[in-house]
Amino acid sequence: MVRLPIYLDNNATTRMDPRVLDTMLPYFTENFGNAASRSHPFGWKAEEAVDYAREQIAKLINADEREIIFTSGATESDNLALKGVADMYVRKGDHIVTVVTEHKAVLDTARQLEKLGKKVTFLSVGVDGLIDLNELENVITDKTVLVSVMFANNEIGVIQPIKEIAKIAHAKGALFFTDATQAVGKIPVDVEDYGIDLMAFSAHKMYGPKGVGALYVRRKNPRVKVTAQMDGGGHERGMRSGTLNVPSIVGFGKACELCSNELLDDAVRTSRLRDKLETELTKIEESYVNGHKQHRLPHVSNISFKYVEGEGLMMGIKDIAVSSGSACTSASLEPSYVLKALGLDDELAHSSLRFGLSRFTTEEEIDFAVESVTRAVNQLRDMSPLWEMFKEGVDLSKIEWAHH
Amino acid sequence: MAYSEKIIDHYSNPRNVGTLDKSKENVGTGLVGAPECGDVMRLQIEVDPETQKITDAKFKTFGCGSAIASSSVATEWLKGKSIDEAMTISNMDIVEELSLPPVKIHCSVLAEDAIRAAINDYRVKNGLEAIPEPELSKVH
Repeated sequence: MVRLPIYLDNNATTRMDPRVLDTMLPYFTENFGNAASRSHPFGWKAEEAVDYAREQIAKLINADEREIIFTSGATESDNLALKGVADMYVRKGDHIVTVVTEHKAVLDTARQLEKLGKKVTFLSVGVDGLIDLNELENVITDKTVLVSVMFANNEIGVIQPIKEIAKIAHAKGALFFTDATQAVGKIPVDVEDYGIDLMAFSAHKMYGPKGVGALYVRRKNPRVKVTAQMDGGGHERGMRSGTLNVPSIVGFGKACELCSNELLDDAVRTSRLRDKLETELTKIEESYVNGHKQHRLPHVSNISFKYVEGEGLMMGIKDIAVSSGSACTSASLEPSYVLKALGLDDELAHSSLRFGLSRFTTEEEIDFAVESVTRAVNQLRDMSPLWEMFKEGVDLSKIEWAHH
Repeated sequence: MAYSEKIIDHYSNPRNVGTLDKSKENVGTGLVGAPECGDVMRLQIEVDPETQKITDAKFKTFGCGSAIASSSVATEWLKGKSIDEAMTISNMDIVEELSLPPVKIHCSVLAEDAIRAAINDYRVKNGLEAIPEPELSKVH
C-alpha cells in the first residue's frame, strides 16, 4: 500500500535526507561553537566543520573551497550576485542582461537595480523555454557588467545552454552569473567546464536543510569580487557578514557529498519514473508537456490538461502534493509568468500541473499519481463547460468572454 | 489553504451538473467568466411559463473548487424559486453558506452573475425586460 499523501513538489523543496540530519545533530548541542571564535576549541571545532563542508560543496561543483560564500539561501545569493556585481563594477558599466523566465529573486532584484538607475535587458524565450543566443549576443554592450541566466527553470525544468552563454558573455567582457538552484545536486554542474563566474544554489533543494545556501564566486581567470550587501564582521572574505549557521552548513556539506556520489544514479532513476508519469499522463486527450522535452532536468514534468483548471484539479488529487501554474495557488492573481513567457495562452497556464520527483519517489507513487490525475481530469472535464464546447466543435477563441 | 467541509462536499458530490437544451424557449442560460481568468461558469434554468417558477437548474464550471462549489450551491437554491425570488440571491449568501475565504469571494460573485445572466436570458427570450446589473457585482 502506498503511503499518502505523496510528495511530488520537489522543485519547491526536498525532504532532508536522514543521513544529512545525523551529520548535523552534534553541531546543535556538543559542538555549538562560533566558527569565528579563534581563541578556544569550541570555535576551532566549528571552523573545522565549516571548512570540511566547504570542501564537500566545492567538490560537487568542481570549485575551490575558497570560492564558496555561505548565505541564507538562493534568494540572498541572487541578491548578492546582482547587486554586488552592479556595485563592484560600477566603473565598468551599468548594464545587466537577464531573462523573463528567471526566478523572482533575480527578476525583482534586477527591477530594483533598474529603479536605482541601472539598465536591465530582459531576454525573451522561445516556446521551448530556451533563450536565443543571437539575441543575447546582440544585446550585450561594452557597458554590460553581468549576464544572469538561470541554469534550469524551476517551473518547467528547462536547461539553458550555459556553456555557450558563458562564452558569449566572456567574449564581450561581461561576467556570467547563473542561478543554479534547481540544477546543483540533480545534474552535473562544473563551474570550470561551463565557465561560470558566479553561481547561486541552495541546500534544501538537494535534500539538505532550509535556510542555507551559497554563492560561488570565481577567484581566478578572472578574479571576481562582489560588494557586500550587509555590513558587519566581514565574514566570508568580506562578502557576507554574519555568524555562520554551522549545523546547516554541515548539513549542506553532507547533502553535497551525497549528491556527488549518488547524483547520476538518482538522475537515471527519477528520469525513468518521470518519463513513465509523462507517457501515461499525455495519453489523456488534450494534454501537453510544457517546455523543451530534451534540454530539461531529469526529475521535472510540467503538463497542461486543457479545459481543466489547475487549482480545481489539485483539489481532486488531494493525496498528491504538486503545484500549478494557475493564479489561485500563488499570492498574485496572474497565472504563471514562466508559462506565459513560453507563449502559452492564459487558459493553458491555468491548466498546468508541475510534477517534481526526488530520490525518494517510488514506482508505486508514480502509478498512484497517474491513476488519480487521470480520474480527476476526466471528472472535471465532465463538469467543464469549456470541454463540452470543445467537444461540440465550438472555437473558444471566438467567444466574447466577459473579462473580470 | 484549507477548504471548508461544505466546499469539499459540493466539490466531491456536485449537485446538478449537466446541460439543458438552450434552444428551448423556457430555458435561460448564463455563461460568465473567462478561460484566461481561470474560471468560467455556465448556469442554466428551466422555467415553468405558467408559474414563473424554476423547475430545474444545471451547471458546468471550469474553475477552482470554490467556483465549482459556488455554482453547485446556486443550482440547489434556484430550484423551486420564482425568477423574481431567484434575483434576490446574493453572492454573500453563498460566501456564508460555504464559508468562502476572502480570496475566493470572486467565485461567489461569479455565481451571482451567472444566476442573473441565466434569468435575464430567459426574460429576454420570453419578451420580458432584462433586469440591469447592479453596480456592486462589477467589483471583481
